[in-house]
Amino acid sequence: MSEIMNLKAKLGLDVFKPYAEPHITIKAGMEKHHLLKRAVLVCPAGLYSENAGGEVELSIDGCLECGTCLVACGSEVLEWHYPQGGSGVQFRFG
Amino acid sequence: MEKFDVIVIGAGLAGLAAAYTLAEAGAEVLVLEKGDYPGAKNVTGGRIYLNPVRDLFPALWEKAPVERPIVHEQVALMARDRSLTVSYTGDELKGPEANSYSILRAKFDRWLAQQAEKKGAMIINKTRVDELIIEDGKVIGVRAGGDELGADVVIAADGVLALTSQLAGLRGPLDPKHFAVGFKEIIELDRGIIEDRFGLEGDEGAARLFMGEVTRGKFGGGFLYTNKASLSLGIVVGVHDLTDRAPAVQAPALLDEFKLRPEIVKLISGGQTVEYSAHLIPEGGLKTMGRLYGDGILAAGDAAGLAMNIGVTVRGMEYALASGYYAAQAVLKARESGDFSAEGLKVYQQLLNDSFVMKDFQSFRDAPQVLDYPPLFEHLPELAGSIMKDLYAVPAGPKERIYPSLRRYLTVKEIWDLIKLGRRMMKI
Ligand SMILES: Cc1cc2nc3c(=O)[nH]c(=O)nc-3n(C[C@H](O)[C@H](O)[C@H](O)COP(=O)(O)OP(=O)(O)OC[C@H]3O[C@@H](n4cnc5c(N)ncnc54)[C@H](O)[C@@H]3O)c2cc1C
Ligand code: SF4
Repeated sequence: MSEIMNLKAKLGLDVFKPYAEPHITIKAGMEKHHLLKRAVLVCPAGLYSENAGGEVELSIDGCLECGTCLVACGSEVLEWHYPQGGSGVQFRFG
Repeated sequence: MEKFDVIVIGAGLAGLAAAYTLAEAGAEVLVLEKGDYPGAKNVTGGRIYLNPVRDLFPALWEKAPVERPIVHEQVALMARDRSLTVSYTGDELKGPEANSYSILRAKFDRWLAQQAEKKGAMIINKTRVDELIIEDGKVIGVRAGGDELGADVVIAADGVLALTSQLAGLRGPLDPKHFAVGFKEIIELDRGIIEDRFGLEGDEGAARLFMGEVTRGKFGGGFLYTNKASLSLGIVVGVHDLTDRAPAVQAPALLDEFKLRPEIVKLISGGQTVEYSAHLIPEGGLKTMGRLYGDGILAAGDAAGLAMNIGVTVRGMEYALASGYYAAQAVLKARESGDFSAEGLKVYQQLLNDSFVMKDFQSFRDAPQVLDYPPLFEHLPELAGSIMKDLYAVPAGPKERIYPSLRRYLTVKEIWDLIKLGRRMMKI
């Protein structure tokens, strides 16, 4: 019981409905922007990571739509929308 | 363009309270919600404080699907290797009208939506509002899923990111200093085990808060609430503290570490995590609120910044319900004169000012600055733990006198810091 559950497995417990297109993207040319590094720390789903070249990457599957990355980094570096109606995470407890 | 009396953006508590109140008074109200059902996108800690809103919706509460009345409170100062816990229970927490109830939003919001529908509100799910339709500076409707829908008034109840309010110019960009992120697990556990483990009689519930090491000294804390047959276990932490205050730590790691604490391991043992969720909380208070109304538009709930964290109580849900109610009242007043401009809608501000909502935000306007005080989260829990350790210790050799060992921790500087902390606290 006391072992840590891997984040992917935890996200796997949630109900997600597929998106037509990613609802959050890193703006072109902003991948190395210092503001974006904040997303790596704040995203509760751990979807941002920094690669060896210092670029921040986002893999959108598992997004909880909390908006923390938008507030932390700002719309200068992120193109941020909620997913289309009827897609994305659907909480059963909330 | 099809036209309604009122369009509400978002079927959360604020939006549904507005729709319920408007429909009850006979207005034609359309609620647009992007989730598959109301509550599908909504997360709270949490517990709801019903006392302030009982009278606004007298017919609702008897059958409301809340989880457990919270009659046992605990708050723990968590140091690295120990913790100091204060427990509180009392008759005032109990009874048919308890102080607070644990709640799960997917269930509660769905139910509230049904009540609004019974009154005649129309709720359309799976529909995201993409834009406001603004003509000569006045909001006259919304674009959603390719359709244009008109209304005398739009109520922006779209939650913490306040995207609609920003489109309408009621608010500027959001500052990370004014927001906290919460993330939590729902851990299913047998009812009987919950009741035994937390010392509960039947349906009674417990709330436990933790501050200190649980957020590595950052602004925020850990929480645990008992639901009927599950636990809500999570962390709230200031966004700015996460990005800018050492040590650098990725948010999800905080919850993992929390679950490994001996204080927590015992409580969740045998439980099965069934959901992981996250959401932002507006915590900037009165000073960061922005405007609440404009031409053809009102903002309610988190979208208006109406949530606050004053340490042991995190409140937002009853403010969402009440502001939705007063937004509806303001619209009904504006209908009498047919004036839906900012001038006609400004009665909303007055209604809120006269209610517990703005009175609370006035009373606690300094709370965000007072609580944004690192020693409170970093140092105080360690200090309290160290003092406890020495008070209780009986070593192999002779025990040191109590006063000198206390003085080791409570240096003049330390006492002075505590006095300063006390002075800060006098503002809230
Ligand atoms: C971890 C955590 C712990 C908390 N603990 C407590 C607590 O113990 N007690 C308490 O009182 N409060 C607590 N809060 C705060 C409380 O949950 C919120 O204040 C409350 O949920 C706000 O309700 P709302 O109706 O304003 O917004 P929400 O519940 O966020 O509803 C907004 C709705 O609008 C919809 N929406 C948004 N944009 C669109 C769009 N473009 N088109 C269509 N629909 C849209 C969303 O899908 C959602 O249904 C906590 C919050 C968190 C995150
Ligand atoms: S919205 Fe939340 S979960 Fe989604 S990417 Fe941003 S921080 Fe991560």
